[in-house]
Amino acid sequence: MNPAEQTYLGLPGPALQAVLLAVSLGFFAFIMWKRIGLLRIGAPDPRLDHLGARLRKLLVVGFGQSRQPRYFVAGTLHILIFAGFLILSVRSITLIGEGFRAGYSDIGAGYATFKDITALIVLICCVVAIVRRLVFRPARYHDRYARASHGHEAYIILGLIALLMVADAVFEGSALAMAARTGGAQGDGHSFLPLASTAASMFDGSSIGTLETLSLTGFWVHNAALLFFLCYLPLSKHFHVITALPNVFFANLTPPGRIKPPRYDAPDLDKLEVLGVEKLEDFTWKHTLDFYSCTDCGRCSDHCPAYFTGTPLSPRMISIKCRDEAYANYPVFGDATPVDQRKPLVGATIADEELWACTTCGACEEACPVLIEYVDKIVDMRRFLVDQGRVPSSLQKPMADLEKRGNPYGKPARKRGDWIGEENESSGVRQLAPGDETDFLFFTDSCAAYDPRIQDTARAFGRVLRAADSKVGTMGKDEVDSGHEVRRLGEEGLYEQLRDTNLEAMEQRSFERVVTTDPHAFNELTQSYTLEQPVQHHSQVMAQLIREGRLRLRPTGDDRVYTFHDPCYLGRHNSEYAAPREVLGGLGLKVVEMERTKNRSFCCGGGSLYLFYEGESESRMGEARVEMAAKAGAEVVVTACPFCLINLEDAIKTTGREGSMEVIDLAELVERSLTE
Amino acid sequence: MEIIVCVKRVPNLSETEIEVDRDGLSLVDSDLEYDVNEWDNFAIEAAVQLKEAQGARVTAITIGDEDSEDVLRRALAMGADDALHLMDSAFDGSDALGIATALHRAIADRSYDLVLTGAISSDEARGHVGGMLAAMLDIPMVALATDLSVDRTTATVRHEVEGGLERVTRVNLPALVTVQTGLNEPRYVSIRGIRKVSGMEIPVKTATDLGLDASTVGAGAARVKLEEMFLPPRGEGAEMLEGDEASVIEALVERLQREGGL
Repeated sequence: MNPAEQTYLGLPGPALQAVLLAVSLGFFAFIMWKRIGLLRIGAPDPRLDHLGARLRKLLVVGFGQSRQPRYFVAGTLHILIFAGFLILSVRSITLIGEGFRAGYSDIGAGYATFKDITALIVLICCVVAIVRRLVFRPARYHDRYARASHGHEAYIILGLIALLMVADAVFEGSALAMAARTGGAQGDGHSFLPLASTAASMFDGSSIGTLETLSLTGFWVHNAALLFFLCYLPLSKHFHVITALPNVFFANLTPPGRIKPPRYDAPDLDKLEVLGVEKLEDFTWKHTLDFYSCTDCGRCSDHCPAYFTGTPLSPRMISIKCRDEAYANYPVFGDATPVDQRKPLVGATIADEELWACTTCGACEEACPVLIEYVDKIVDMRRFLVDQGRVPSSLQKPMADLEKRGNPYGKPARKRGDWIGEENESSGVRQLAPGDETDFLFFTDSCAAYDPRIQDTARAFGRVLRAADSKVGTMGKDEVDSGHEVRRLGEEGLYEQLRDTNLEAMEQRSFERVVTTDPHAFNELTQSYTLEQPVQHHSQVMAQLIREGRLRLRPTGDDRVYTFHDPCYLGRHNSEYAAPREVLGGLGLKVVEMERTKNRSFCCGGGSLYLFYEGESESRMGEARVEMAAKAGAEVVVTACPFCLINLEDAIKTTGREGSMEVIDLAELVERSLTE
Repeated sequence: MEIIVCVKRVPNLSETEIEVDRDGLSLVDSDLEYDVNEWDNFAIEAAVQLKEAQGARVTAITIGDEDSEDVLRRALAMGADDALHLMDSAFDGSDALGIATALHRAIADRSYDLVLTGAISSDEARGHVGGMLAAMLDIPMVALATDLSVDRTTATVRHEVEGGLERVTRVNLPALVTVQTGLNEPRYVSIRGIRKVSGMEIPVKTATDLGLDASTVGAGAARVKLEEMFLPPRGEGAEMLEGDEASVIEALVERLQREGGL
């Protein structure tokens, strides 16, 4: 009984197949054309460089599914279904051919067994996935800010995949049963076909006619479901089945700590009509592709400290809401909605408060299995808000102070170098006048320069360098804030002004290397200042000095339990996890790791201007982090960032852990262990 | 509608270690940063919001040296359409009457519906100019506005009175309103915003341009003179109230009542 040899209401099988194929492919192409339409008018975004690296990403993160196992059950299910999808795509294509010519899908007993086992596994995965969603309801799937749920789409898609497996099993199972009945079993009859033979055994005792009907039904249901599936994808959250691999291929290859320029095609900000992203069309084409590729899996928000602490931000909802807007305003049927007839994207669909709540820690991007970018988009939308003057009042004063005095605290610029202390004695750090030379240029940034608690860490680091016989100096009053944070807050013009002031001051001095105790400054100096000299974080310098034998440390003799809190801009944004641990490891301490460690580290609450921001939240990130440290059994939290230190020290007080827990900067810890 | 906003450049004295100069009449300038007077910033925002809501032409006016151009640029970046800079050494040392006299000459011959000023300036905190200017222009005036709406012929102003009471006053236009902080949320002015208006021409007028007799303004004409400026001596040390939260609060309230704070 071959589908291609039957007639259906007078229509020969191949003709029916041709009609189905033409209609569905035509419709699919039409939808895709509409979807691509929005990409075509998006802002430019060069993503065709480094093809080798892109192919590697595609292989590792795309086909290799490397981001999936972070969630073991869901990840395993996805890897199996994805692998099944690849293996069974051959079967799907040959089954299409089967509609034109009998026997087309018979490509050998080996593949038949392979695909049958695969189909069984996929079917089991679908059932497990459905049960998991229905019965166990992982919290991650429900977003507290979701207005319209896309959850039902998951059941539709899982149901469709299961239907494909079942329909094929019915088609093949009935063929097996018929072959057995007619005694014409050929080689295939002995193949190991667990799914198809299970189906065949269920049809035992059915008449030949029934089997013929089952066979044809199985075939055409499979056929129709497949073609429906194809057209349904670009209409649903499951567009990722099509867009995820391209999305991974076109992923951002620049270091995660580097912020994209406002426009790739217009380097001069002043010539832009509007700065930043105001509406859907202002996103780059790749950012819109990100929206298409989001599967609503919720891993981003599950890792987001802003979502965790109940701020208005849920990164997942940025993607979901933007995609909803994209689908609604660029419908498959009908014309696009003119911009002036929509509610504003930034301000209404995405509230200002959502955007200000982001600390740019990057946990969401690290969690996304398809490499969706969030920080750049949020910064782009903030650029628009800043351009419109819509900056929260709590941030306006520190920003104005940055403009006028080069620091967010409103302190006199003249006093920026005062932390060094009298006569260079207490810190070993020298003020560098223009023309001066040194080994290490210590870029302190505003916090270490003015915050009394952080001045301690800066001086401690100065003394560590002195112990290693290194010459170190700062630019004192000629240094201004690195601009890292204002840039992320969307104030690009102020960032440029601060950066240029620093670059000018640096040009007037000679130095071998730049070092900073602040990962935020480290990030900005490394990623965007384009200095000739290498830039190092103090943890890297100390690790190197210990390795070279220039720093001699004795074990501290402290039997408390230590843990290292990875600062976002040292770890996630600059992939430095080893250096601070290397330093810690050499001190003979008892060190434990928190559950969220290294690239899963949990933001302390944000740096620099985030200390001023008064947004809504239910709890504080620093407190959550201190709880995590306590859960790991730690009594001392070591960090390597001034803001982590401030936030966590604060949180220790507010959670009543004073006396039982301590936070310390890596430089202070090393200083305590100096032999002389 | 034509709105005129009077703005002033003042030293930003918060978070700064202020030092009074030896003459006892001025501040040591080395660490001072200047900004637009905070009250005036709310006045500009109010004007620009009226412009955005119902259409208006907003002109910012200041009196001061070259550096005062900053506050006009800032007003332009916030959305003012025009700026006018009154600059003349003859204005130096003016008291409020001299300032109001110069502003009056600059405004009287223009067409205007509404004049906004900050209620006071943070550097002198006298609050004289608005009232004097209204009197010279012979228009009604409402002080300390906390809310402001305008239709074609009238301005409706909510303003503070003693004891936490608020009143709503309606005046015919043209009128002058002095603005209290908190009237709105002034927008942020980005560096790009400032740069975009950096090329705009700002007309400068001298006392002569205004047809002003130089003897009516400046230090010579000032009838109010500063005698002395000083930082109050540090008081006695703080006192820590001991006990649990409730008893500390009780003791604090009792203390405040006794000392006349409540």
